[in-house]
Amino acid sequence: MTAASQQSLTQWLESDTPASSRQALAGNVYRGTRSIVSNPAALAGLIIVALLIVMAVMAPHLARGISPIEQNLSNRLHAPDTAHWFGTDELGRDIYARTLYGARVTIAMVLLVSVIVGPIGLAVGTLAGFLGGWMDALLMRITDIFLAFPRLVLALAFAAALGPGIENAVIAISLTAWPPYARIARAETVTIAKSDFIAAAKMLGASTWRILFKHIVPLCLSSVIVRLTLDMAGIILTAAGLGFLGLGAQPPTTEWGAMVSAGREVILDQWWVATIPGIAIFVVSLGFNLLGDGLRDVFDPKSV
Amino acid sequence: MSETLLDVQDLNVSFPSRGGVTQAVRHVNFTLGRERLGVVGESGSGKSTMGRALLGLTPRPGIVSAKKMTFDGENLLDCSESDWQRLRGRRMTMVTQDPKYSLNPVMGIGQQIGETCRLHLGANAAEARRRTLSMLEAVQIRDPDRVYNLYPHELSGGMGQRAMIAMMLVAEPDLLIADEPTSALDVTVQNEVLRILDDLVRDRGMGLIFISHNLTVVSSFCDRILVMYGGKIMEECKASELHRAKHPYTRALIAAAPSLEVTHKELATVTRDPAWLA
Amino acid sequence: MTDTQIGQTNIVGHMLRRASSFIASLALTFVGLTAITFLISRLTKIDPVLAIVGDKASKEVYDKTFVMLGLDKPLIVQYGAYLRKLLSGDLGTSVLTSQPVLTDLLHVFPATFELATIATIFGVLIGVPGGVLAAARKGQWPDQLVRVVCLFGYSIPVFWLGLVGLFVFYGKLGWVSGTGRLDIAFDDIVTTRTGILLIDAAISGEWEIFRNAFSHLILPAGILAYFSLAYIARMTRSFMIDQLSQEYIIAARIKGRSYWGAVWKHAFPNIMVPLITVIGLSYASLLEGAVLTETVFAWPGLGQYITRALFNSDMNAVLGGTVLVGTVFIGVNLFCDFLYKVFDPRLRSS
Repeated sequence: MTAASQQSLTQWLESDTPASSRQALAGNVYRGTRSIVSNPAALAGLIIVALLIVMAVMAPHLARGISPIEQNLSNRLHAPDTAHWFGTDELGRDIYARTLYGARVTIAMVLLVSVIVGPIGLAVGTLAGFLGGWMDALLMRITDIFLAFPRLVLALAFAAALGPGIENAVIAISLTAWPPYARIARAETVTIAKSDFIAAAKMLGASTWRILFKHIVPLCLSSVIVRLTLDMAGIILTAAGLGFLGLGAQPPTTEWGAMVSAGREVILDQWWVATIPGIAIFVVSLGFNLLGDGLRDVFDPKSV
Repeated sequence: MSETLLDVQDLNVSFPSRGGVTQAVRHVNFTLGRERLGVVGESGSGKSTMGRALLGLTPRPGIVSAKKMTFDGENLLDCSESDWQRLRGRRMTMVTQDPKYSLNPVMGIGQQIGETCRLHLGANAAEARRRTLSMLEAVQIRDPDRVYNLYPHELSGGMGQRAMIAMMLVAEPDLLIADEPTSALDVTVQNEVLRILDDLVRDRGMGLIFISHNLTVVSSFCDRILVMYGGKIMEECKASELHRAKHPYTRALIAAAPSLEVTHKELATVTRDPAWLA
Repeated sequence: MTDTQIGQTNIVGHMLRRASSFIASLALTFVGLTAITFLISRLTKIDPVLAIVGDKASKEVYDKTFVMLGLDKPLIVQYGAYLRKLLSGDLGTSVLTSQPVLTDLLHVFPATFELATIATIFGVLIGVPGGVLAAARKGQWPDQLVRVVCLFGYSIPVFWLGLVGLFVFYGKLGWVSGTGRLDIAFDDIVTTRTGILLIDAAISGEWEIFRNAFSHLILPAGILAYFSLAYIARMTRSFMIDQLSQEYIIAARIKGRSYWGAVWKHAFPNIMVPLITVIGLSYASLLEGAVLTETVFAWPGLGQYITRALFNSDMNAVLGGTVLVGTVFIGVNLFCDFLYKVFDPRLRSS
């Protein structure tokens, strides 16, 4: 790109008077990204999350072909060395490879939970906020009830009944994770619903569904996304906790919480078996927390 | 003329930020005796910032510098935190704009006023209560005993402002800086509060700096007037000689003040000359 | 009536209204919780009839037991029966211990209570001043330090920290005792009065046992305390920053208050009420954190009871424990809500 065209691209992105919705969106993304990149903590968070995704996607390549589930009992509980960068566990499996593949489960759980709680929270919240009246009261009552439940214990009970496994863990976590999103969506909807452009849409004959879907939901999205990112650390920790108790992804699937649990027996002598997957959980949670804080500063600088 | 309370020479307040340095107050000079000085300016003119600088309450990251800034001979630029605590409330004080925000919401009115007594007059609880009640009477609050136990949100605007005046004047300071004391009040209540301020300042022989954006009120209330714009003093004159003001900004302000006697087809607005900011 | 009398009636009326609203919320949420535990119990793959009659029973016996258990009735009716049993204290019998679940729960609860309470006390003692300091020195190094501590507290898995703590402070340094509540040698010496070992040992004058119990308690309680203080410090900091930017703080300094005088005597009283809510919430969430901590430290409390029941498919025990933890959790949340609404003077006269 020549200097001249680069200059005009920046001007186009920073323009105060966007000529199309595409330009407005691009401008917002540009400004948001610049804000995050200029904030060192948020940038660190973004890098960590990006690394996590890379780890998950490129696991086979990064593991240099080592299998995470191949057992080698003659090589068990080896300290970290050049052959096994993170050492081996109680069944002789390479911990470095297992850590890489474990990222896949983490991402999968985070995505699955988000994909469930986001839409449910949005649906409940926007309906409640838009329709008002007894529907609002009823939906908010239900939300409050779920909000008051203890997450981990309920997930335990759920897993006890339905058996362990990643699907049950996801459902169990989602069951108690959706209420805050309903609350956020409702608060935003109540404000937006009073706007003139909604009244205009109604006068034009738009159905409730159309108004909700095309107008209200997009405006609530940014708050929901910020909250989701902030919550992800908590979701990862809860999922890891369930994994630690053996309720998450089942063997042979590799999961970090389960790895920590396996290393528990040998913590005093072979500390790396439990410690390293724990560090992975910690770093990833930290990354999401930092990124979430940065996103919140971008979208809502008034909050502390 | 009475003795000089405040002597300010070349006062500057600047706020460094990532985008550069903002000069909020520039080269301000004035003296104040036991008289009434009005400071008039629009928002952003630096008048409130100057008021706070005089009390050492410039917020971070503001920097205050001056060639000279003394109160009753004491060098304010040299003051340590404990020096300021000795001066504030007891010798110099400030009344701010909105009692809704300036009074502690979870403390009773009587307790807040009594706090000033206990901090400066060494009063015990009973003595503090006595002084508080008599001060509440002095600001013409009709039922001091009842108001003593009320919380700020239970007071009307006018009563709240009077309570704040009581709180700040109960330790009998020599200097009062009133920063937009009536701007948040209903028009009907404004005059009452002004009258109370008038009486108190006169009876106690206090020095008063009256900061406001309202030229009409200031000119009727004060002896001298400072007109501020862009952090600088544009003009200084006696209130009685305001109509003879020379600076174009002052003249524009006077012209812009609506009058009931003269009918204008259009209200005059102020055209700002960028040269004034130099 | 005089003004003061009207004022007092208002406060009492206000309290009664809030109390009834609190009880209504509690009841409703309890119904919600038990509905979910009921549904979970129905979802279980274990056939409750087979659990009683065994898998060799004839069809007749099976059908009879089916009706006896009320399983032929509509779900709502079954739930009603379930709820009635719960409220009368019948949480079923534990398959593992053959005791009524309620008895088991009351037996293990004090150990968890001990952990959560001590952890919260330290969380408050360190977290509140830490949060105030961070807010008062915002942007400077005490603030950065507190923020980093809190950030870690939100990112570290509690079970991992427990294991690392055991490795470092027990395995390598030998400063504290290992898992469990007491060394095995000391088991069953102290008579259980309150269920709280430290208190019972002190009452009996068994100081060696007291020291041993303490050295077992300090690591798990310390770890839980860390999470507690991270949350409390963060919320305290947030509240204080809000208050310190208000006009009344400047007014206090104009009166002659020092900066720290304004911080503690003016700003802090304004956050005490929401802070109580925060402390309550922290306590409630520690009950949850205890589940994982107890597993790591083999602490004989509620958390370990539930997880052990889980591994042995003891559904009654799991669900009974869930109901107990859930109810305490909900109760603490709603009670703090109630306290907040009653004690905020701004809301009193509304």
